[in-house]
Amino acid sequence: MTSTPYEPAAAPESDLRRSGIRLGDVLFKGIAILAALAATVLLGWIAYKVFDLAWPAIQDFGLSFIWTEAWDPVTNQFGALIFIYGTIVTSLIALVIATPLSIAIALFLTEIAPRRVAAPIATMVELLAAIPSVVLGLWGILVFGPWVHNHLEPWIQDTPLGLLPVFSGVPLPGGSIFTAGLILTIMIIPITSAICRELFIRVPQDLTDGALALGSTRWEAIRGVMFAYAAPGIVAAVLLGLGRAFGEAIAVTQTIGNRNQIPPSWFEPGDSLGSKIASEYQGATSLEQASSILYLAAILMVISLATNVVAQLIVVRFERARRAV
Amino acid sequence: MSELSVDPYDITVKSNGLRRRRIVEKVFGVLAIGSALLACGILLVVLGTLVYKGFSSLNVDFFTKARPLFGENGGVADALVGSALVVGMAMLMAIPVSVLVAIYMSEYAGPKVSRGLKIVLDVLNGVPAIVVGIFVFGILVVGHGQSAVYGAFALAILMLPMVARATQEILEIVPRSLRDASFALGVTKWRTTWSIVLPAAIGGILTGVVIAVARVAGETAPLLFTTSIAANEISTDVSHALPTLPVTIFVFSESPDPGEQSAAWAAALVLIAFVLVMNVLAKLFAGRKRRQLEGS
Repeated sequence: MTSTPYEPAAAPESDLRRSGIRLGDVLFKGIAILAALAATVLLGWIAYKVFDLAWPAIQDFGLSFIWTEAWDPVTNQFGALIFIYGTIVTSLIALVIATPLSIAIALFLTEIAPRRVAAPIATMVELLAAIPSVVLGLWGILVFGPWVHNHLEPWIQDTPLGLLPVFSGVPLPGGSIFTAGLILTIMIIPITSAICRELFIRVPQDLTDGALALGSTRWEAIRGVMFAYAAPGIVAAVLLGLGRAFGEAIAVTQTIGNRNQIPPSWFEPGDSLGSKIASEYQGATSLEQASSILYLAAILMVISLATNVVAQLIVVRFERARRAV
Repeated sequence: MSELSVDPYDITVKSNGLRRRRIVEKVFGVLAIGSALLACGILLVVLGTLVYKGFSSLNVDFFTKARPLFGENGGVADALVGSALVVGMAMLMAIPVSVLVAIYMSEYAGPKVSRGLKIVLDVLNGVPAIVVGIFVFGILVVGHGQSAVYGAFALAILMLPMVARATQEILEIVPRSLRDASFALGVTKWRTTWSIVLPAAIGGILTGVVIAVARVAGETAPLLFTTSIAANEISTDVSHALPTLPVTIFVFSESPDPGEQSAAWAAALVLIAFVLVMNVLAKLFAGRKRRQLEGS
């Protein structure tokens, strides 16, 4: 009984087909690799090109540009300090207000609210993130800004906080660093709270149950167990929100008041990096005119990329640690 | 008997500062509820203001006519057309590349390369939109002038990491068994990816696309340097700068003219309505597809 399991005559054709098939596989994989490479190259290219554009200004003004407080197109004196100050202060205002609020929202959604209440509220917080910055800025410049100026700022000055120099002085109409900070707060709450929510959901139930079984209240379990477990993640969430706040240009330029000076009080107009770049767009028709603006862009990119990379590294380490457990 | 007014089985009575701990617990609960209500309240106030200030300006002219340089009447039809073209072109540029990147990450790359690419995409997602605008200004606009295509390219850069990450996440939950079944039938890898894996994940991919479109449709910063200096007239010539909805809102929002301000409110209402509809669509896609995938 000699069996003939294999037909040699069929081989050439099938080989041909198989090589055709292999060609498809190779092509497809090649295209996919190219796309992945393109994404990676793009990131590097953006970083390189922005520096390349800023290079003439960097050579002209040197590093002292960063700590020079001047922006005078008439006398040709330029520096970034006014805008770095505005960026950092508005973002810090947003950070200080948004962090506790975001954590509280995330805790409400995961620990307190029944599922039927949590779902619609979570959706609404997500939709807050979906509001385009230009729309939030429109509301900020025409509705929210005047309200902050007429009511919130005088009210803060009546509280003990009003004794601080940054809250002193006569509030000026037409935008302020404080208003821009509040608008940024609204923009980063959904980002930070969404990440915190994911973190809190992933805290193992038996850890919190253990704390509760030992007689701690819910808040004590949250503070002692959930925060301890999720701490690196919370830091990353806050940094991601901060990165967003640093980079926001439109809503800030609409609400900050655009003044080329470091104001003594946060209730006065100032300017930020992104805001300055955005407000100069019509002037940016030639490279020469725009060179100091491009220097600002390079500084902004370094600040926000550094914030983001640190946040990503924390996330990576956090996940590696969790996998090891 | 009077000293037995304390229940001997209530172990909490002797616990130190229980009253204080209970108050802290109450305060925490109230603050958490308050924060959630505050966030919802802000959303409702913003939406309410948009409807209140913008709705009255919405009429047929608003959607069909461009705004004249002087005078009150007219609408934002030019910006609607421009935005549709710019966002449409951005989708054409971004979606194929994003899906391919995601396919490479989930189907071909090893875990290390895949994790590296995730970081690259997340960092790319963190590049400020205005910096992307400057980048496109530097590589394309300088020497050529503004054009809608360059604006679309800038928006595509913003879409890429969003769509790629969403696609990659959904591809990873497509069950292994689907691929194995396909391989077992002798189907090649690329055919399996194309005809089995992608169709199974299409709902999740659409969700990512829709959310990304909603995000970039409202982006102003990258358009300022690429397609902002344009005439107020309806045009489909994408080789020149076209007016867009976000840039129009931005310019009108800083105008002292009340007519332009009310046009800004109405345009903002149109934009946010689009964004909200897209987000609801995304939720529907996401819910259905995830249930299907996880059920199988």
